[in-house]
Amino acid sequence: MTGTAYLVAAAVVAGLVTFCLRALPFALLQPLRESVLAARLAVWMPAGVLTILALVMLLDAAALAPGEPVDGTRVAHALIAAAVTVVVHLLAGRRTLVSIAAGTLAYVLLVNLA
Amino acid sequence: MLTIMSSSPASSRAPVPPSRWAEVRSGVAVTLGAGLGLFPLGMAFGMLVVQAGLPAWVAPLFSLVVFAGSVELLLVSLVVAGTPLLTIAVTVFLVNFRHVFYAFSFPLGVVRGRLARIYSMGALIDEAYAIAAAQPRGWTGPRLVAMQVALQAYWVLGGLAGVAVAWLLPGPVEGLEFALVALFIVLAMDAARTRAQLPLVVAAAVAVGVALLLAPAQVLVVAFALYAAALIAFHVLAARGTALPLPEPVPVTGPVPVVAAAGERAGTDAESGAGEAPR
Repeated sequence: MTGTAYLVAAAVVAGLVTFCLRALPFALLQPLRESVLAARLAVWMPAGVLTILALVMLLDAAALAPGEPVDGTRVAHALIAAAVTVVVHLLAGRRTLVSIAAGTLAYVLLVNLA
Repeated sequence: MLTIMSSSPASSRAPVPPSRWAEVRSGVAVTLGAGLGLFPLGMAFGMLVVQAGLPAWVAPLFSLVVFAGSVELLLVSLVVAGTPLLTIAVTVFLVNFRHVFYAFSFPLGVVRGRLARIYSMGALIDEAYAIAAAQPRGWTGPRLVAMQVALQAYWVLGGLAGVAVAWLLPGPVEGLEFALVALFIVLAMDAARTRAQLPLVVAAAVAVGVALLLAPAQVLVVAFALYAAALIAFHVLAARGTALPLPEPVPVTGPVPVVAAAGERAGTDAESGAGEAPR
């Protein structure tokens, strides 16, 4: 049904598009290296970009897709696990691995046992 | 290494860069948290490949050639449906468009060598950007590339493990994928440690909220675009002299992150030696 050539072609197409999106901006931004705007963006981007990624992934985990019925239990599980992650990270001295393990364990337990 | 370096300034050679092996190890070390998220998600991807009826080699193929978690998961359903290649290209473009913004602060400049640079750009996944952004200083070429190779290894091996598990088990451990959410929460918290970063976090949250209203199907891309637009507006205000409660870029005169270059540019760059000594 899905031939080898098609699967390889799909991988190559997806790979090329992804590579271009990742690599071209470096070339295009080269003249901007000295600009104040680029310097400010470099400092301002990370905190916001990471916040956006964290929020969007949390929305995914909570399955809060607009238009679909809200699964209250799942939202609660995701929010509780997120809160556990934040609290552990603040209280246990910002040890990344510990915080992630605690949040994930909380979510796995909630999803499977609660 | 560092003490030897600073105690023998009379040497005709430029300072020796930190040992490559030590750099590689520290690059791998910072990925352990991400690995906790990537490996299980890779497993989920591998299992999906098998359950979708695709040949098992598709999992490592996608993970080596595409190397983009969310797109690979999406790609499985696209190829199962026999989606035309052009549609695949457009979809991948939209989902991965956020990577355009990563070039602003990813320290690619520390990577020497054409192949290494091509790899580093190609393997610029969310997690690699996040780890690099969470600690903006001190990257070297070997450390950065080792970090990215480690991330890809977790992902590829996770996919292979998922393929194996799918043949053995009836179902996955539900909920392990939350590790990636937790990872991004932690990284965002570390990137926004100071009070000055708070307006950026608020702007980002507003961008997500507006994106949810405007384009529920493309929240990530739209939120990134809105956030970038907000930052450009902040820049315009700052350029007009408005005092904003935001961190200003520190004028980096010394080549702080260019440690790896010190060895290759031996002798030509006295400044980098001076900048290196205090550390």
